[in-house]
Amino acid sequence: MAETATHTADHASEHGHETSTGLTNNKLAMWLFLGSECLLFGGLISTYMLYRGRVSDGPHPMAIFDIPFTSVSSFVLLMSSLTMVLAVSSAQRGDDSRTNLWLTITAVLGATFVGGQVYEFTAFIREGLGFSTSLFGSSFYTLTGFHGIHVSVGVLMLLSTVGIIRKNKITGNKAEVVELVGLYWHFVDVVWIIIFTLVYLIPS
Amino acid sequence: MSTSTEQHEHGMTDAGYIKIAIILAAITALEVSTYYVDFGPLFMPSLMIMMVVKFVMVVSYFMHLKFDSKIFTFLFYTGLGLALFVYITALATFKFFIS
Repeated sequence: MAETATHTADHASEHGHETSTGLTNNKLAMWLFLGSECLLFGGLISTYMLYRGRVSDGPHPMAIFDIPFTSVSSFVLLMSSLTMVLAVSSAQRGDDSRTNLWLTITAVLGATFVGGQVYEFTAFIREGLGFSTSLFGSSFYTLTGFHGIHVSVGVLMLLSTVGIIRKNKITGNKAEVVELVGLYWHFVDVVWIIIFTLVYLIPS
Repeated sequence: MSTSTEQHEHGMTDAGYIKIAIILAAITALEVSTYYVDFGPLFMPSLMIMMVVKFVMVVSYFMHLKFDSKIFTFLFYTGLGLALFVYITALATFKFFIS
């Protein structure tokens, strides 16, 4: 217990904040936010699981999913988690140029993933799966669309972080700012890990 | 904190992160292989196990939960546990698990 208290106190002093928990409030808030996001995506995933077999007159999931294409997209997003953690590592070493390089690469990988999702949606619509075609279509587009919006927001956060680091506008702990963006980005990745398995790989 | 340019504040080096990423990529390749190869009765359990392993690896190593304060672990896994409980109950209510 005493060891934990020492650890948290050290942790707080590293980041230059004094709080009753010994932890930075920003990071605590981000973890709370991510915990609550589990409930949001849990609801969307459960709804999809319930309705994925309700195809009405529209196409069946396994008839339209392009697994090789989605696998490549998943790989791209997974690798963006590596580049993100390397950005955090560089930020903690105080290496701004490498931090910006890794953040930019992460943003490019994220944008590539979003681009892939837009292409996938376009292909599905061409094959007859609209948002209101069936309950499967509605729940699929809602789930993957929400995730895509999260990735897009993440890309904007990454690019904004690159901008403010370049202009030296971060007044507080720079490494912590990058770490917080990283936490959000990794969360988006772990949500996709679940979606890829439950939505794409497990047939209804 | 080490003066080494490779040393990470939370106890992992960049090389360590790359190793984790390689393991994650290998697991993803194995997951995708289930689409082409018939895993028989192991299909569903193997996919679920691989999904959980990838999830835990990203959260533990890339998000630093393994090295960070246990309060963060508590906050995140409480949200996750609550989500699992609520939605598994909801799915059971709709007889999702009865084939």
